[in-house]
Amino acid sequence: MKPEKLSRRDWLRLGAAGVAGVSGATVLELASRGGAREALAASGAMPREPGADGAAAGPGAEHQEAMGIVGIPGPDGTFDPAAFLTDFDYGEVTTRADGRVVRSWRVVALDRDIEIAPGVFFPAWTYNGQVPGPTLRCTEGDILQVEFTNAGSHPHTIHFHGAHPPEMDGFEPVVEPGRRFTYEFEAKPFGLHLYHCHTMPLKRHIHKGLYGTFIVDPPEGREPAREMVMVMNAFDSNLDGDNEVYAVNTSAFHYHHHPVRVGVNDLCRVYLVNTTEFDLINSFHLHAGMFKVFRTGTRSDQYELTDTIMMCQGERHVLEFRLENPGMHMFHAHQSEFAELGWMGFFEAVERLAADEGAPMRPASRDV
Amino acid sequence: MRWILGLFPLALLAGLVAFFLGADPTAPFRDAFPPVEDLTIERVSFPESGVMRVHVVNGGPEAATIAQVIVDAAYWRFAIDGDPTLPRLARATLELDYPWVEGELHVIRLVTSTGLTFDREVAVATLSPRPNTLYLTTFGLLGLYAGVIPVLVGLLWYPFLRRIDRKWIHFYLSLTVGLLAFLVVDAFEDTLEASALVPEGFQAAGLIAVGVIGAIVGLRALGNVGRGRGGGASAGAGGASSGLTVAYLIAISIGLHNLGEGLAIGAAFSLGEIALGSFLVIGFALHNTTEGLAIVAPVAAKRPALRHFAFMGGIAGLPTVLGAWAGGFSYSPTLATLFLALGAGAILQVIVEVTRLIRKSWPQGLFTPLNATGLLLGLVVMYGTALMVTA
Repeated sequence: MKPEKLSRRDWLRLGAAGVAGVSGATVLELASRGGAREALAASGAMPREPGADGAAAGPGAEHQEAMGIVGIPGPDGTFDPAAFLTDFDYGEVTTRADGRVVRSWRVVALDRDIEIAPGVFFPAWTYNGQVPGPTLRCTEGDILQVEFTNAGSHPHTIHFHGAHPPEMDGFEPVVEPGRRFTYEFEAKPFGLHLYHCHTMPLKRHIHKGLYGTFIVDPPEGREPAREMVMVMNAFDSNLDGDNEVYAVNTSAFHYHHHPVRVGVNDLCRVYLVNTTEFDLINSFHLHAGMFKVFRTGTRSDQYELTDTIMMCQGERHVLEFRLENPGMHMFHAHQSEFAELGWMGFFEAVERLAADEGAPMRPASRDV
Repeated sequence: MRWILGLFPLALLAGLVAFFLGADPTAPFRDAFPPVEDLTIERVSFPESGVMRVHVVNGGPEAATIAQVIVDAAYWRFAIDGDPTLPRLARATLELDYPWVEGELHVIRLVTSTGLTFDREVAVATLSPRPNTLYLTTFGLLGLYAGVIPVLVGLLWYPFLRRIDRKWIHFYLSLTVGLLAFLVVDAFEDTLEASALVPEGFQAAGLIAVGVIGAIVGLRALGNVGRGRGGGASAGAGGASSGLTVAYLIAISIGLHNLGEGLAIGAAFSLGEIALGSFLVIGFALHNTTEGLAIVAPVAAKRPALRHFAFMGGIAGLPTVLGAWAGGFSYSPTLATLFLALGAGAILQVIVEVTRLIRKSWPQGLFTPLNATGLLLGLVVMYGTALMVTA
C-alpha cells in the first residue's frame, strides 16, 4: 500500500501551517500558531489543547514574568500539561456491519515551536501540534483507523507498538511531506503501548517530539480510578546529544507548581510511558506511598509493589496506588539530575475533592 | 567651504546607514537563518555565603533572551537587573540564592529562549574579595612583593654594573634583550589567554592590534621626545640621556606589562583559579628581579641621579599593585586583554631600543660570541625563574 498524494487544495490548506513551522525557529514567529490551528481544523484533526484559541498567544509580556522563575510555564497557549494529563482520545466511533467497533482518528504531523520550560522554546516536530501527541485509547478487539497526514517538512510515519500486520507497522512506507496514509489494524493485546515516528534518523525524529501514548483497554475494562497519562520525556534544546530539560508531559516542573489533586484513598492509575531520548533509562519514584506496577499493562493479575520503577526507552507500565494520608506526595525521577532539570511534581491528596477537581474517575459512561 | 567638502562623504555615509536601518534590505537573509546567539559569562562572583552573581555580556550579533539558568545541572531561580533580553553588547547581572560550596567546582549554564546554552565553570568557589582595607592591603602587599620590591632589588645591580668593563656591559645589555625576548612571548601568551574570554562582539583580535601597535608607536614617539629634550639641554651629554631614555622606556614597558600581570594575578585569585601560596609570590619576585636588571643595564656607563632609580622602580613595579586591585575586585577580560597587549607591544619596542643602543657603541651588535651568550643566558634565566611561577 502506498501513501496517497494530497489534493492541491488539501496541500494548500496544510501548507500554510507547515511552512510557518519551518521558519518558525524564532520566538516571534510563534504568532503563526493561528495558521497551524486553521490547518488542523481544515484537516479535521483538532489539537486537543484547551488553550489553543487565540493566535496572539505568543510570548507576550506575560512571559517575561516567568523569566527566572523555575517551573511556572508561561501562558503560551500551546499545551496545557494539566489538561493533557487526563485527556484520552477515544476517536470517532462507528459500528461495522458485522458488529465490530471501528475507531478512527486523524493525526497530522506539524512543525511547531513548543515551550518546554518557562521562556525556553524548542523547534519541535509534533503529532497534531502537541508534544506528546494525543493519547489514543481503545478496547481490545476494536478496529482502528488512523489517517495520518504529513504536513511537516520531513518524511514521517506512525509506528504503533502492539501486535498488527507488518505492512501496518509504520516502519514502511515512509510518508513524505504532503502525503497521507491510513493505518488500519485490530487493537491487541490489551495493555499500555505507545506510538512514535519510525523514520531515519530515528533519534532525531523521536526527540523532536513525535511520540504519544496508545492505550488498549482489556475487554472487561479496569476498575474505575483517577486515571492519568504521564509521558516521561526530555529535550535536547542545544542539540549537543544531551538533554537540557526533563519532564513528564513536556513542561519542566509543571506538576511541581500545579500539584495533581486526588482524593485520599481514591484508586489512582498512572499510564506511565518512557520516551526519553539519549538517556538509557528514566524512572518514577513516589513519596510517602507504594504503588502496584502492572508491567506493560498486559496482565491484570500480576504486579509488583514498590515505590521506584526503572524504565528503558520505550518501556511503559500501568501504576496503581491509593494515597492514605492527606498532603503533598512528591513524585519524580530517582535520577536526581533529571529531577532537578525539570522531572519533578506533586500529588496533593485531599480529604474531600470537589466533583470537578483533580483527575476524573474513569472509565465513565461518557468515555465509550 | 573646505569643511563642507570634508563633511560630504560623512553625510552620504549617514544616508546609507539611515537607509539600511529604515528599509532593512537584508531582511530576507536574516529570515533564512536561525538567530546566532552568543552570550558570555565574564565573571561569577560570590559576594556572600549562599549567593552568587553572574555577570553576562551579549557579544553576539543580535539580541538574546536569558530564559533559564542551570547551576550544577539543576534549574535555579534567578533575579536579573533589568530586562532578560540583552541587546548586542549589553550587560546584565544575575543574582541567585545558591548554596555554593567553598573550595568546590561549580558550573553555571545560561539557557536562552531558543534553547541554546552558554556555560562558565568556576574552578574553585571562594568568597569574592570586597574593596575593604584588608583586601586592599593584601592585594597591595601582593603587588609590592611581586612587582615593586623585586624591581628595586634588580636596580641594586647598578653599582656592580658601573664597575665592570664596557665589554661586559654589552654582555648584560644582550642579557637584557634575552630577558625581554622571553617576556614578550610570555606577554603574548597571557594576552591570548585573556582574549579567549573576550565576548566575540568586542573583537579580541582588533583589541590586541590596538594594544600592541599603540604601545609601539606611543613608546617610539615618547623616545623621540626624550632624546630631543636631552640633546637640547646639553649637547655634550646626548649619549647619557639616550641611555637614560632607554632605561625609562624599559621601565614604562615593564610597568605596562606588570599592570596586565597584576590584573591577571588579582583576577585569578578572586576567581579562585589559583591559590596564592608564598611559593607563587617568590616565583614572581625572582622573575621580576631580572626586570630590574633590564632597566639599569642601559645606564650602566652613566651616572644618573638617584631619584631616577626611584622613579623607574615605581614606574615598573607599582602598576602590579594597581593591576592586582583592579583585577581582584572587578575583572574584565576585555580590559585585561587590552592592557596585556599594550604590555606586549611595549616590550617588543623596548627590545628594538636596547638593540639600537648596543649597535650604537658596539658595531657587531648582538652577535659577538659574548653578546650572543648573554642573550641566550637571558632566555635561560627567564625560563628558569618562570618555572617557579606555576599558575
